[in-house]
Parts: sequence; C-alpha cells; structure tokens
Amino acid sequence: MSDLDWSSASAIAEAVSSRKVPALDVVNGVLTRIEKHNPVLNAFTDVLAERARAKATKVDSAIARGEKLGPLAGVPFAVKNLFDVEGLPTRAGSKINRTRAAATRDAPLIERLEAAGAILVGALNMGEYAYDFTGENIHDGPSRNPHDVTRMTGGSSGGSGGAVGGGLVPLALGSDTNGSIRVPASFCGVFGLKPTYGRLSRARSFPFVPSFDHLGPFARTARDLAAAYDAMQGPDADDAACVDRPIELVSPLLDQGLGDLRIALAGGYFQKNLFPEAKEAIARITKALPLSREVELPEAMRARSAAYVISTCEGASLHLDRLRTRPNDFDPAVRDRLFAGAMIPAPLVDRAQKFRRWYRAQVLELFKSVDVIIAPATPCMAPKLGQTTFVLDGVELPVRANIGIHTQPISFIGLPVVVVPVPLEPMPMGVQIIAAPWREDTALRVAHALEQTGAVLAKRPKGF
Amino acid sequence: MPADLDTYIDTVAEALALPVEEAWKPTIRANLDVSLKMAWMVQEFPLPDEIEPASIYRV
Repeated sequence: MSDLDWSSASAIAEAVSSRKVPALDVVNGVLTRIEKHNPVLNAFTDVLAERARAKATKVDSAIARGEKLGPLAGVPFAVKNLFDVEGLPTRAGSKINRTRAAATRDAPLIERLEAAGAILVGALNMGEYAYDFTGENIHDGPSRNPHDVTRMTGGSSGGSGGAVGGGLVPLALGSDTNGSIRVPASFCGVFGLKPTYGRLSRARSFPFVPSFDHLGPFARTARDLAAAYDAMQGPDADDAACVDRPIELVSPLLDQGLGDLRIALAGGYFQKNLFPEAKEAIARITKALPLSREVELPEAMRARSAAYVISTCEGASLHLDRLRTRPNDFDPAVRDRLFAGAMIPAPLVDRAQKFRRWYRAQVLELFKSVDVIIAPATPCMAPKLGQTTFVLDGVELPVRANIGIHTQPISFIGLPVVVVPVPLEPMPMGVQIIAAPWREDTALRVAHALEQTGAVLAKRPKGF
Repeated sequence: MPADLDTYIDTVAEALALPVEEAWKPTIRANLDVSLKMAWMVQEFPLPDEIEPASIYRV
C-alpha cells in the first residue's frame, strides 16, 4: 500500500487479507499517527495499544493459518466514549461517569465489528452526555478540526469526526440523537451514517434520549460506511428498540448507480438559515444529481421545536438523580439546559410526542413519490472554537443551539441519513441524503454515485 | 406560560428536589424560556384527539 495513513478501510482489509501488509503493521502505524497528531486534535481519550496489538497478532495468525476473515480484516477503528469497552468506565464525556465501574464486556457493535476482523484502538472524545453540537468538552478539552485546528469538530461525536477526518483511523463509531453523527461528519469532511431508528443495537452504550438515540459509523468513503453498517446489522434482544428484522446487506448494492431513483431537494425550511457555503454545497450536489422535484417537509420548523422539547425533557429525566446529587460536576451549559428540561410541563411534552407521530406520517407520505431527499447538514462550515454566536438570515443566534437546525427535524422521526462531504475551501461542508425507513441502501447508493462523480470527497487535510 | 418564570423555577425545583443555586437561575430561565416557546409552538398546532404519541417506530 502506498499510503497507509490515508487508506480506506476496504483497501486495508484487502491488503491485510492478501498478506501484503500484516495487521500488526497497520495497527502500529495507526498508533504512531495517534501519538503524533492526537496532542493537537484531542480526538482520543483512551488509546488501547496493548489490546489492539494483541488483536492484530490474532488476525495475522488466522490469516497465516489460511482462515477466511471478515470484510474488515485488520481495519483499525475507534468508538465514541459512550460505548462500553471492556476494562474502561463508560464516560459519555462526563466527569461523573468516570467513577463508574469498568465495563465488563464490549458493546455489541464493537463485538460485531471485531467479528468482521476490525481492531479497536481506542475511545474518542465527545460532548458531555452527548448533549452538544460543538465537540467542546469541558472535562477533556475540545476536539479540534483537522482541516483547521482553531475550529470545532462539531458534536457530540467530535472525536469520531476528527479521528476519521484527520486520518488517525479509517473508521469510527458515534451516536446521533439530534445530529451528533451528521454535524461532525459535515464539519470534518467525512461520510457519516445515521441508520434507521431501531436498526443497529444500542445495547451497552450510554443513552441520552432513548426514543431517538441512534448509533452509526463514520468513514472516508461510502463503501467503508456500507461495510461497517453491514457488519453491525442484526437483531439484538438487549436493546428494546432494536428491531427483529433480517440483515439486509447494502454493500452489494452500492454499484447500481442512480438508475431511476427519484431524487428530490428539500425546500422551504431547509433552504433557510444557510450561510453561502452551505448553499454552495447544496448547489454542487444538485448539479451532480438528476433531481426530479422539490419537496417540502410540512411543519419542519415545528418539528424541530418538538424534537428540542422531547430531547431536553427526556434527557433531564435520564439525569434527574445526577442533577439532584452532583450538579456541580456537570458542564454548567449542559446542567442548566437539563434543569430547564426537567421543568417543562408534562402535557406540553406529551403534545410534542403526538405531533411527532403526525409529522412522521406526513414525511413518510413524501417517500411514496421520492426515494431520497437532499438537504443541508449544517447551516455553516465549522465555527471557531469558543465561538458562541453567528448571524443566520440577519439574526444573531447562539451557535450551540442552532448548529443542528437542519438535522433535528429528521432524527426524531428515525429516518436513515447519509452525510456526504463536499470539499469546499477553506473547510468542507456536509449534505444530508435522507431515505425512507430501512432504505440505507438507497442513501448509500446515492452517496457512492456522488463520490464517483467527484462531487463529494473526504479530502485529506494539510499536515495530516 | 407562567408570568413569573423565576417563581415557577423555584416551585418546580422544590417539587423535584433539584438544588438550583441562585447564580444558575439566569441561564436556566433563558433555556426554559426557549423551551416553553418551542413547546407552545407545538401545542398550538391542531391535532386530532385520537392521535397517539410516538416513541418507538415500527414500519
């Protein structure tokens, strides 16, 4: 392999499986890169060098014995530190969780990736308790964007976006409640997949808003995203929301091209509150695709409000005891939002839940006449670290609360979304490809087709 | 929406046994104000009485 540092997961797996490169060399290379770049990026909170080398040695031994390994043989990956990792307390970016007992077993998604031959190398920085769009963690320090280290990675899976975007690992896992995979994917210039709600097991991961928490992968190609997703699919009785649905592999479908897919652009709400760079990103995508029409997601602004209300209330419910007993150990910005969430009258929250049902029915109706919907992922490129406000459509607004304005109305109704990176200057910008429930294959097909045209690309940052 | 959010915050904090300190109240109030405005925006939307809340999705 000419450039192990920036190789895709698929290329690494091919090289390891065909004995061109030992898995141990791949892992050692990754550990060296982490040692070199992590002091700046602050993507990793835990590096599992010994475990990774031991697993790599097992992979190499299996290959030497002629055993057939999975499609991710020798591929290093890392996980947001809200996944259970055997031997580590599951921190979820918090100070409070550091005193928890160490996990005694890995999360199932880690087990499934490792069963496919992948190698866990560490845990990643994140926004406290996943209630964050910036990637700035008060306890661990901010994760930094590899395209400009003075800027945010986006949150809350900021370490995941920074680690993949900076080439420290080809594959990472994160979680997405209101946009926490899609926002860092957009800011860090990589691919991200938020699968259909209920598709991937969330067992042995720390929750935030259980009725719309999702776990999913980051990668630098659509093919790698598909390979990781395929490896992680399957029912799991340990997650009450995980559906008993057979595995539907998407990797074999990637090369079908766009065919006669009906591709629409989200209008109305999704064409407002955009910086020029977000409009440019959308323009590039729409130019590269055969758009059939524009659609409007009805009451999207109200949907965002409902998502906000349910999210803060359900999050507060999860943390109520910690708010009572250890309020000074929270990031104050998180704590005070959770306090507010605990104080929303129950009938208003119930109403938001009912609205969600209505809204979801309207959006599903749209998917009778279209296959995918294109929408912006974030309103802007990554803001500067510490930046607290920006001006959207002439109004000064808080950054933290408004980065997710285009992701929130999608996540809380559980649709699958792929974010693709548009390589703009000076920073990349993501665009959402939204599909009907269980149609990850369609969204990934479009992402892959766009990648073939060159319209989207996980561009290597200077210095990485 | 309560006319006096500070009183409301004190009352709910006591009911839920939340140890809200005086210095935290301006931020809590600002967050609660936004949350309630959003909640009322949803409340104002007419929905049929028969509609059920969504939590877990099955298709």
